[in-house]
Amino acid sequence: MSWYENPVKEPLRVPTAAIWTVCPKCNSYIANEEWAASCKVCPNCNYHARLGCRERVKLLTDKGSFREINADVGINDPLKFKDASGTYANKAKAAAVKAGIDESVLTGTCKIEGSPVVLCVMDFKFMGGSLGSGTGERILLAAERALKLKRPLIIVSASGGARMHEGIVSLMQMAKTCAAIAKVKEAGLPYYSVLTDPTTGGVSASYAMVGDLNIAEPKALIGFAGRRVIEQTIKQKLPDDFQTAEYTMAHGFIDHIIPRKDMKAFLAKILQYAGF
Amino acid sequence: MAKKTEKKMTSWDIVQIARHAERPNITSYIETMCDDFVELHGDRFFGDDRALIGGFATIGGEKVVLIGHRKGHSVEENIDANFGMASPEGYRKAMRLMKLAEKFSLPVVSLVDTPGAYPGCEAEANGQAEAIAHNLEFMARLKTPIVVVVCGEGGSGGALGIAVGDRVLMLQNAVYSVISPEGCASILWRDGSKAALAAETLKITADHLLKLKIIDSIIKEPVGGAHKKPATAIAAVKKAVLAEIAKLKKLTLDELVEERYQKFASMGRF
Repeated sequence: MSWYENPVKEPLRVPTAAIWTVCPKCNSYIANEEWAASCKVCPNCNYHARLGCRERVKLLTDKGSFREINADVGINDPLKFKDASGTYANKAKAAAVKAGIDESVLTGTCKIEGSPVVLCVMDFKFMGGSLGSGTGERILLAAERALKLKRPLIIVSASGGARMHEGIVSLMQMAKTCAAIAKVKEAGLPYYSVLTDPTTGGVSASYAMVGDLNIAEPKALIGFAGRRVIEQTIKQKLPDDFQTAEYTMAHGFIDHIIPRKDMKAFLAKILQYAGF
Repeated sequence: MAKKTEKKMTSWDIVQIARHAERPNITSYIETMCDDFVELHGDRFFGDDRALIGGFATIGGEKVVLIGHRKGHSVEENIDANFGMASPEGYRKAMRLMKLAEKFSLPVVSLVDTPGAYPGCEAEANGQAEAIAHNLEFMARLKTPIVVVVCGEGGSGGALGIAVGDRVLMLQNAVYSVISPEGCASILWRDGSKAALAAETLKITADHLLKLKIIDSIIKEPVGGAHKKPATAIAAVKKAVLAEIAKLKKLTLDELVEERYQKFASMGRF
């Protein structure tokens, strides 16, 4: 085979990871220091790259104020699920190693500019941030803790939706978390939902969309059904901005889009408006 | 002989019965189970979904608010009903009717039969996720009894959006799942033809769901499925629904709502 019949498939620019980060959206090179200083936001295209839950906690909370709760709640395997690539139990173990967290949400108490809150932060690295029964239980217990302490509840979502490996039990976590949040709201406590890239499927159709305020990061993917499924249903290509935070706000479902570096101050401000 | 065949049925066989074109649909239930039905239209925002309908109904002398997904028995009916795939205006109409039920102290009966919420461009623009999410939140606190019956397909969030109840009953050949077997097969096996295997693995049939404590009881169907003897199947549903309403009416509203909370809070604790 001649060289001209064999086009190069690899990207031509190979990053020197020690010095540069390549923006996953616009492919521009950003010096590692600059990438870290901007909290993984691309200075070129304003893409807000996905954050791990501990990075997010560090960004949003007062130094040293975060105390993890519900750490003893782990994953369950109610279906003893197995597919072509192996068992769910093994996948979850591998995911825990990769993500450095043993469920898709980290819950705890903390302070945001002095205001005590109960905070839940999802992590997309753990099985796509999917909603398992452990996730649901941690969120329910966090909501109950907010009720007990009479503190606001904040959930930062990052999830592809329900976790297929837990089947119907995963679906029920949508009802379970919403029931707990309903109690928090009924008690007059604020519940703020922060939607980050991506917040879709069963998570957008449950706790992420019922905030007293719904706040999003710029350009985050937010939607119910997947783009491919919709395109197959309506047999049309969808516009590029479909299901972005901006699109969702224009349609009335998001209160505000806040850049990452301003999120903590914004949360502090809206907590004050709620009397906290 | 027929009983023996039934015992050997796979999950995939049951999926076929749950989706059977002649399976009793909400129209059949209204005609056979209700002494009276007053359909109430519209979500009061912009539309009236034909895939999710509801209204005042009288079942065996019991006044209720009946809501449910609508499928058709013919192609024309199915096109009108969008094949039972509801849009945000449907979920918001259901919520409006449930609030009415609370105001008038009427129990809610919710009949679930949908492949899933409609995955369309307009449904997204109009807040499909928000509409379902708000129903989950409000149904959890609704101060009136809610009896849910999964009659045919319980398709994911589209089903759950009207399925948070004090009692969740399920017909013997109904299915209830987080994702369709075809969808699961194409994602996890990368092969849509593995749907039968996915159906088995997902544990979507009534016996599995009872063991997992997702449903409270199973309503028996005539041999071969509800479509073989619709009147018999519907009579069994009517009897079960009325029995549950009678039991739930004995609770105070605070007890009712707290028990509903505990029921869903315990799902996924093992």
